[in-house]
Amino acid sequence: MAGLLLTGLRPALADAVMVAVAANFTIPMQAIATEFDKDTGHQARLAFGSTGKFYAQIRNGAPFQMFLSADDETPARLEREGMTAAGTRFTYAVGTLVLWSAQPRFVDARGEVLGKGSFGKLAIANAKLAPYGRAASETLNALGLLDALSPRFVQGENIAQTFQYVQTGNAELGFVALSQVMKDGRIGAGSAWIVPASLHAPIRQDAVILKSGQGNAAARALAQYLKGDKARAIIRSFGYEQ
Amino acid sequence: MGFSDADLAAIWLTLRLATVTTVLLLVIGTPLAWWLARTRSWLKGPVGAVVALPLVLPPTVLGFYLLVTLGPNGPVGQLTQALGLGLLPFTFWGLVVASVLYSMPFVVQPLQNAFEAIGERMLEAAATLRAAPLDAFFSVAVPLARPGFVTASILGFAHTVGEFGVVLMIGGNIPNETRVVSVQIYDHVEALEYTQAHSLSAAMLVFSFLVLLALYTFNPTRRKA
Repeated sequence: MAGLLLTGLRPALADAVMVAVAANFTIPMQAIATEFDKDTGHQARLAFGSTGKFYAQIRNGAPFQMFLSADDETPARLEREGMTAAGTRFTYAVGTLVLWSAQPRFVDARGEVLGKGSFGKLAIANAKLAPYGRAASETLNALGLLDALSPRFVQGENIAQTFQYVQTGNAELGFVALSQVMKDGRIGAGSAWIVPASLHAPIRQDAVILKSGQGNAAARALAQYLKGDKARAIIRSFGYEQ
Repeated sequence: MGFSDADLAAIWLTLRLATVTTVLLLVIGTPLAWWLARTRSWLKGPVGAVVALPLVLPPTVLGFYLLVTLGPNGPVGQLTQALGLGLLPFTFWGLVVASVLYSMPFVVQPLQNAFEAIGERMLEAAATLRAAPLDAFFSVAVPLARPGFVTASILGFAHTVGEFGVVLMIGGNIPNETRVVSVQIYDHVEALEYTQAHSLSAAMLVFSFLVLLALYTFNPTRRKA
């Protein structure tokens, strides 16, 4: 009882919010959270992990007030299941898919290397689990290459692992996130083809305030902050659209 | 409780992987355990420590180093390519190599304990009866160490079945090649297919329990007199 009262009386000015963040958004979110803490006096505490695991944890009472998902389906599903604060779901970033190789000049500017097939393994994120994997599979389908190339797939469970396969050279090339190969606003190493957005459905990453964060001032402030100019500039600098 | 074709393929692959791994481990692990049990060399400590490393290392560490070492720029990767074997990651035999390393202590340590328990006198007796060392090994040491072999085989097999982190790192999730049961369960959970995840997980749980039950029922540790 006393605890409840104390929580209720705490000034809304400085609140803490526990945020579950999709692993692919780790670095941008750390930068945003630092600015957010400085600018608002609130505190964003971040936990990083896979979207599927966070879903299971949230359904089983995990102490998160806000969820930044790697897709748009999982937040929508939580909303349908009544696990979120009504009307708080929004898209905070849109991912860009690239075909990337760690070797220079391996991938040409129009991705024609795919049709030539002069490679052994093509790394792709699991299309069932990872939004970038689904976008990659849609892209290959649009190019008419899905059936021809699927025997050469090596699948990462998520986009981070897929990147690792390509970076270590175990796969000559692979579909990864632009945010993984961007360095200081440009492609850092190797060679890449930025896949035109017209070849796949948008890779939307949605955020939502969870039911337990309904009255949390920091959660509301963070949602606002993510839509603001400062956060958007950070998000863009890491290779996401908005 | 039904299994899809993909689930059955994963189960079959896992059993094949565990069988091949266990056989190889018995072949490699027996002389190694024998040496560890009898040597007075200063190398005993370092070799024993290396064998035991997988017990304490997170599987991701082992998997990550294997990915780098077996990859095209790694020393082992360059060797396998030079020998015309291609690259090991993302192949069944890559998983075999990883599993042999990963399950090594579960086979070597029970064997080593069993060999150490035999003691010098039994082997000296065999020598006085003019048994050559190799003969003494097969006709005296191996039968006496039988419980150790049973434990080593069961633990090596079961531990390979339960392997996850290493496979995840170097497997690439290829059906019939590297998608083992634990990875299949992980996929089901991540895709929120909880019913399928339950079936496979329950099967894994029952299997593991039965294996350990068999181990403790039929192969009790020797009681002190």
